[in-house]
Amino acid sequence: MAQFNLPKNSQITQGKSWPAPPGARSVQTFKIYRWNPDDGANPRIDTYQVDRDDCGPMVLDALLWIKNKVDSTLVFRRSCREGICGSCAMNIEGQNALACTMGIDECKSPDNALPVLTRKDKDGAIRIYPLPHMPVLKDLVPDLTNFYAQHAAIEPWLQTETPAPEKEWRQTPEDRSRLDGLYECILCACCSTSCPSYWWNGDKFLGPAALLQAYRWLIDSRDENTGDRLDALHDPFRLYRCHTIMNCANTCPKNLNPAKAIAEIKKMMVERTL
Amino acid sequence: MAKEQVRQDTHVSIRTPRARVAGLGVAHHGVGHWWLQRITAVTNTVLMLSFVVIIARMAGRGYADAVHVIANPFVSIILILAFLSVTLHMRIGMQVVIEDYVHAQATKIVAVFANNVYAVLVAVACVYAVLRIGFGQPA
Repeated sequence: MAQFNLPKNSQITQGKSWPAPPGARSVQTFKIYRWNPDDGANPRIDTYQVDRDDCGPMVLDALLWIKNKVDSTLVFRRSCREGICGSCAMNIEGQNALACTMGIDECKSPDNALPVLTRKDKDGAIRIYPLPHMPVLKDLVPDLTNFYAQHAAIEPWLQTETPAPEKEWRQTPEDRSRLDGLYECILCACCSTSCPSYWWNGDKFLGPAALLQAYRWLIDSRDENTGDRLDALHDPFRLYRCHTIMNCANTCPKNLNPAKAIAEIKKMMVERTL
Repeated sequence: MAKEQVRQDTHVSIRTPRARVAGLGVAHHGVGHWWLQRITAVTNTVLMLSFVVIIARMAGRGYADAVHVIANPFVSIILILAFLSVTLHMRIGMQVVIEDYVHAQATKIVAVFANNVYAVLVAVACVYAVLRIGFGQPA
């Protein structure tokens, strides 16, 4: 049943506070979740002062600045620094986002901040946590094993009975355009980890990311396995735990709409019974 | 809850991630529930509006008048349909809530069973009351 308090060893404590660099004129405070599996201590929030004049404009720039100049023990994933690898997905100011495409100024703007945060968050600090409700490996690095296994479970590749043509499988421009808004998904997990249904039933509900990918193959005109793909989703948990909460569409850093993709799958499910 | 609950497949296990995601496989069930929930949502809006109108027409009138209104075949049929539609909608909706939040298998089975029993009891009681009036109460 529901558990309203964090277990004792998960409760977050006040961590170390690092001073602003001497002579810094434009300082931004970052409060960052830290947890080390090796020291047996509770998670803590460390406070860092970043010199904006010495740092790039994005949240990832600030994290790299901290790691390079203040605290090399801070752990986070990053790779492409341009929103295409999905590595640096994390919870910034209560919103899942890619640190590399989220501007330091942008994440404090009223458009981005969640109402629940704007009330209590008056100290001007930017709070950074790992993606919600995933096991944490260290600091800002979540364990995405289950998430990737769910993606693999929807068999994200072209499946055909017809022998492969000599050249490529052909598709009209119109059919190709149906994949727009789907193929751009970078599997950063921002959507799935923002979904309450995924939080409560992430072991059985495939989640918005995997289901958006499933739909991407369901409507691919070249794929010949649509029926089996639908069969594999016909389950009260795998598909139907989606209650159209729409957090996925709100949070997607690529501006995709997984909720709409899931609704389309549900329509296909009905369509084949009518 | 006093006893610590271990949710299925979230404990440390040496099963592969793919095996854990596959779980017990596909239930091949769900589209019927989902569709019926949408259908009853639509019928609920029409039937409940009629229900409200019928109840409003009884306002300020006595028992005998109320019985007279319900005994009208047209009203009886609307009321029976409304009760069936609402209890069906209620049953499916509540089951989804239970499945969302109750993770202990035994508690979940008992809760879903109790939910079904409750919905059937409410439906049968309502339909029985209308039929009894509609077909005339025994002297």
